[in-house]
Amino acid sequence: MKAESDKTLVNSGPYTLGEIREGTPCCEPVPHLQVRNLSVAYGQQSVLDNVSLDIFQGCITALIGPSGCGKTSFLSSLNKLIELAPAARLSGQVLFDGQELLGAPVDVLTLRRRIGMIFQKPNPFPLSIQRNLELPLKEHGVRDKQLRAHKIETALRDVGLWDEVADRLQASALSLSGGQQQRLCIARALVLEPEILLMDEPCSALDPIAAAVVEELIQRLRGRYTVVIVTHNLAQARRVANYAAFFWMKERVGKLIEFGQCQQLFETPGHALTAAYVSGASG
Amino acid sequence: MAKRGLEDASTAAGTIAERLFTLLVWGAAALVVAMLLWVLGDVLVMGLSHLSWEFIVAAPEDAGRRGGIGPILVSTLLILLVALAAAVPLGLAVAVWLAEFTRRGGRFANSIRLTLDVLAGVPSIVYGLFGNAFFSLYLGLGFSLLAGGLTLACMILPVFIRTCEAGLSMVNNDWRRGALALGMSRTSAIWHILLPAAAPAIVAGLILGIGRATAETAALIFTSGYVDRMPGSLLDSGRALAVHIYDLSMNVSGGDGAAYASALILIGLIVVLNTLAQWLAERWLSRRILNS
Repeated sequence: MKAESDKTLVNSGPYTLGEIREGTPCCEPVPHLQVRNLSVAYGQQSVLDNVSLDIFQGCITALIGPSGCGKTSFLSSLNKLIELAPAARLSGQVLFDGQELLGAPVDVLTLRRRIGMIFQKPNPFPLSIQRNLELPLKEHGVRDKQLRAHKIETALRDVGLWDEVADRLQASALSLSGGQQQRLCIARALVLEPEILLMDEPCSALDPIAAAVVEELIQRLRGRYTVVIVTHNLAQARRVANYAAFFWMKERVGKLIEFGQCQQLFETPGHALTAAYVSGASG
Repeated sequence: MAKRGLEDASTAAGTIAERLFTLLVWGAAALVVAMLLWVLGDVLVMGLSHLSWEFIVAAPEDAGRRGGIGPILVSTLLILLVALAAAVPLGLAVAVWLAEFTRRGGRFANSIRLTLDVLAGVPSIVYGLFGNAFFSLYLGLGFSLLAGGLTLACMILPVFIRTCEAGLSMVNNDWRRGALALGMSRTSAIWHILLPAAAPAIVAGLILGIGRATAETAALIFTSGYVDRMPGSLLDSGRALAVHIYDLSMNVSGGDGAAYASALILIGLIVVLNTLAQWLAERWLSRRILNS
């Protein structure tokens, strides 16, 4: 039983731990998540209307648009964290590797292991650095201490934190700087070997230097993980993303205006609203 | 009468008002400290002469005029143990339910909160009567340490629950979402992250509870009784320290010295227990921060 759960953890997902692969073409247009006619409402208040798009495997997809247009609601629909808001109502379809997430009952604990999430404000637990990574591993059945230690080291190396914290793994995670905390949170998600990472403005609470480090890290995740990132920083979206989705408020409801390859969306937008937003004329 | 300059007058008046106000707040603070020091000093001066190791361990004789308070200390600690053993798990569970499992503004949860707040203000003598009717008579526990401890548990529960609930609600919501986003179950999130993070509030609730329970008299007279023998089991009647002090100072002429010495021990006991609670909680916390 124990061994089995370890095994499923190690073998799940198409990726194995190792050097993060870089290089272009970084992703293939194989849909990892297919969103069809997704609408989100909180009680009577509709926040997102009829969004359909594909999230491609190994690619970085940026969600851009002004505040309040439903990007975060969209993001947290993908790992069903939106269910924390009791009034949240979802309709439509989200297919993850072909499996329906919204209509059918889903094991959310496994879902959230496979689809990790990074928040705007770094949220390391008020525990030691090591325990921050160990807790989720234990939770998902990795009982072997050595295996855990190995996974923890790998995750910390992946986010470039190992050399900075190797000698103080027992120190409180809250003693790290903001940028280090955010990288620890990314490591905490990566340690579970997810397939998809959802990032909700992961750099916006960091100072410019720390933000640049995290951005570089996100670049390096390309190919190995499917990344969906909400960002208000258009230059960042342009730098990191392969695909971009532009959301806008229409009649106080968030809508997807345009979705496509990032470069295309920025350089030859197909919609007047997109053109105005990416040129800085609106929003 | 010569008109004084506007500036002068206001400055002068301002200075006087300011000085008065400063004097007032300093005076108020000093008064509070003085009252505490007076009580402590009084207890120390009157009690210290009566205090000895013999007094702490020996059984009382001649209605407490002579001898010591050994059995009474044991009864007090046993009653407290029963009270905490009942109140802490139950209280934590209710606090977790209130803070984590109820909708904000839900009617049922709010009515429970209101009930708890009212119960927190109910005089302890009422708890004593309830404990006597329910634990001693209805459940047939009679006058016993168990009945007394359970009555105290009822008494300290409301404040303990509300303090713990407040502590849990103040835990950073980012941690809650972070834990769930990692695919952790709600139970693990509560157990491994939220409760340790709320530990300072839980300790505060515990200290309030211990203080109130240890100092309680009225609720215990009707429930654990006032037999001053060494208790043989939790179903024996036993006299709590506060009951002993009350008895010595009200009913026993010539018992004042022993009453003061007992009061001194009671104060010492509360200090020791609070320090212990704090130390245990810190150890628990650091064990969780450091790898368990």
